Amino acid sequence: MDIRSQISMIFHLDKCIGCHTCSIACKNIWTDRKGVEYQWWNNVETKPGTGYPSKWEDQDIYKGGWEKSGSSIKLKGAGKVKGLGNIFHNPHMPVIDDYYEPFTYKYLDLIESPAGDDQPTARPVSLITGKPIDIKSGPNWDDDLSGTPDYARKDPNLVNLSPAEQEAMFQLEKMAFFYLPRICNHCLNPGCVASCPSGALYKRGEDGIVLVNQDVCRGWRMCVTACPYKKTYYNWHTGKSEKCILCFPRIEAGLAPACMHSCVGRIRYLGVVLYDADRIEEVASSDDKDLVQNHLDLILDPHDPAIIKAAKENGIPDSTIRSAQASPTYKFVKDWGLALPLHAEFRTLPMLFYVPPLLPVMASLGKSDPAQLDKMGPVVKQWNDDWLYDTSTDDIFGTLDNARFPIEYMASLFSAGDTEMVKARIQKLMAVRIHRRHVTVGDISAEKSAEALKQAGLTAKMADDIYYLTSLAKFDDRFVIPASHREQAIEMMEFTGDKKGSAGFGFKEGTAQRGL
Amino acid sequence: MGSLDYFLFVAFPYIAIAVFLVGTIYRYNQKGYKVTSLSAQFLENRRGFWGTVPFHWGILMVALGHLVAFLFPKLVLSWNSDPARLIMHEGLGFTFAVAVFVGLAALIIRRLTNERLQQVTTRMDLFIEFFLLLQVVLGCWIALGYRWGSSWFAADLSPYLWSLVKLNPQTDAVIAMPLVIKSHIVCAFSILFVFPFTRLVHLLVAPLHYIMRPYQVVIWYWDRKKIRDAGTPWSEARPRNN
Ligand code: SF4
Ligand code: SF4
Repeated sequence: MDIRSQISMIFHLDKCIGCHTCSIACKNIWTDRKGVEYQWWNNVETKPGTGYPSKWEDQDIYKGGWEKSGSSIKLKGAGKVKGLGNIFHNPHMPVIDDYYEPFTYKYLDLIESPAGDDQPTARPVSLITGKPIDIKSGPNWDDDLSGTPDYARKDPNLVNLSPAEQEAMFQLEKMAFFYLPRICNHCLNPGCVASCPSGALYKRGEDGIVLVNQDVCRGWRMCVTACPYKKTYYNWHTGKSEKCILCFPRIEAGLAPACMHSCVGRIRYLGVVLYDADRIEEVASSDDKDLVQNHLDLILDPHDPAIIKAAKENGIPDSTIRSAQASPTYKFVKDWGLALPLHAEFRTLPMLFYVPPLLPVMASLGKSDPAQLDKMGPVVKQWNDDWLYDTSTDDIFGTLDNARFPIEYMASLFSAGDTEMVKARIQKLMAVRIHRRHVTVGDISAEKSAEALKQAGLTAKMADDIYYLTSLAKFDDRFVIPASHREQAIEMMEFTGDKKGSAGFGFKEGTAQRGL
Repeated sequence: MGSLDYFLFVAFPYIAIAVFLVGTIYRYNQKGYKVTSLSAQFLENRRGFWGTVPFHWGILMVALGHLVAFLFPKLVLSWNSDPARLIMHEGLGFTFAVAVFVGLAALIIRRLTNERLQQVTTRMDLFIEFFLLLQVVLGCWIALGYRWGSSWFAADLSPYLWSLVKLNPQTDAVIAMPLVIKSHIVCAFSILFVFPFTRLVHLLVAPLHYIMRPYQVVIWYWDRKKIRDAGTPWSEARPRNN
């Protein structure tokens, strides 16, 4: 057993309002430079949609992540043979047009244009060539289902749905969507690290953050292919790859990363989990049907005395163990079984977990029947006098199978296709609502509430805790981060020269300059 | 021996090698950050494929051919003693040289005509690309006009290069060569001379160590167990990587 600690995140999708504040916070701090204008280390996608870069989930195109090979796994589009063989031209690499051509507007023209017959306009110009361009797309071009025929209908997750189900999903009155914010998952079995021929990418032992050493990166671009989430990016100006650094300078100081700190919907949680590094390969090589469960089982119980002892023997400081015990991630993933990894089938063992969204699933829509309407009372909302948007809690678990948003779609995103896993989580989310409605509104009987909790496998205490951490949690409940030890931090400074520049980001010689 | 010949075939090669060695080591130590492939595939993909693939594989093979003839001249001569094998050898070499030419020409045209690429093009990039093109043209010309290059390279030029290595330059054979071949040699040393100041440096960081490395890389700031042991002298607890 080789116990290590890992910074791990939860995104609660029911709470995301799609405001992109997280993306902007990140951009302003890290990627507001030449060569990385197009990079959004944090981006927010509308689902269903093709995402950023376009169709990133379709590994037939991009060949990211790992695939099973005998009893183990191998990189799908990179690795020692394929990577070195394709080093001169990487056939599966996304190029700038798969993201978008970065642009700005010539705002000064609005002020400085000479007087004329027409209003001056601020024309869009490319941030690469500086020439005027027609903007064709952007990182959130598919926001809120805009351009549905081009974006939502081409969502790679739809292949698991029958044509009839797809049609039903896109009927105008039934259309639903949700937001999927994405950052680097700081995986336990990162494809990016494994694919780098130079060995520039690495995982930090202390907290599991995955970084690119800018001094070692030689621009071979294999990580861009090998990350199935497309969260390593190529800086076209410096000829180096860059990626989300999880704001490690902030983490080291015990602060939340900028995207999480600024999140308006307060959907983000961050904490430490303990895991057994010896089991990584075994878990990543699991059979398809066991993969997600094994992935969740990799996380160890930080309250178990045997685990604590082993962790201490492995040099994990007490402060980290204490953080692991208070970790919101552990609660969501393990205590309550509410969160799932995104596309576990890519086999990188992502350490960012999502609470699947309940709202687009629960609300179903049908022709309103006056008799029904009376029965359900004011909870339901009349739509167009004729259509009914049903958010009632009647027969709550019964509606799940004919949900407005096909469960198969959620399963394709969060549980490698296993609908039961997603259903279990959605039932829990519903049960918490029923329970809280019983407590606060009182129009649901105690028996019914207890029955719902029982079916979902929760207790009233758990439901209240979930409710607290979901809705009322304070900053310190959402972010439990052990700061780097001060005494170690001081000693780190002794070796500024050989550690600072290689910490994944930043330059010792001022602004990044392009090589010869 | 005229003084120009003396300069071109005795002094200049040593200068070029010295500049190459000092320049690359200095650059790597001082500005190691800038040693990268500077790939432009991200900005232009499709046309780049038809340039970069033939160019790189071609130049690798051609360079390897020169290296083998330099290191093992006897082997090459005995291989070439059979006409069929000689023709095959020369034919293969020439094919790769043509691949270099075609690839390089495609890359130059792409670089000059693509607006995005112009943003990442320096004057040095264009200089070295045209210079390599000149060298390849000279090489092809020699292959066609002065048969059979692989044999006389092994017989005459290899001893000259070895005499440079042994610090006892024997230039008679070189000086008697036709002008085209002499230019090819001078160009070769010129490329060595400018090498540290061009994008060619990425050739020296070819990531062959990848083959031996375990896939995953984990780096620790501190040796986890030693750092917690009060008895460890502090400088002992410096990072234990991987
Ligand atoms: S999400 Fe991608 S970039 Fe991040 S650690 Fe995983 S494989 Fe690497
Ligand atoms: S800031 Fe929070 S709520 Fe807003 S888009 Fe980002 S994750 Fe969603």
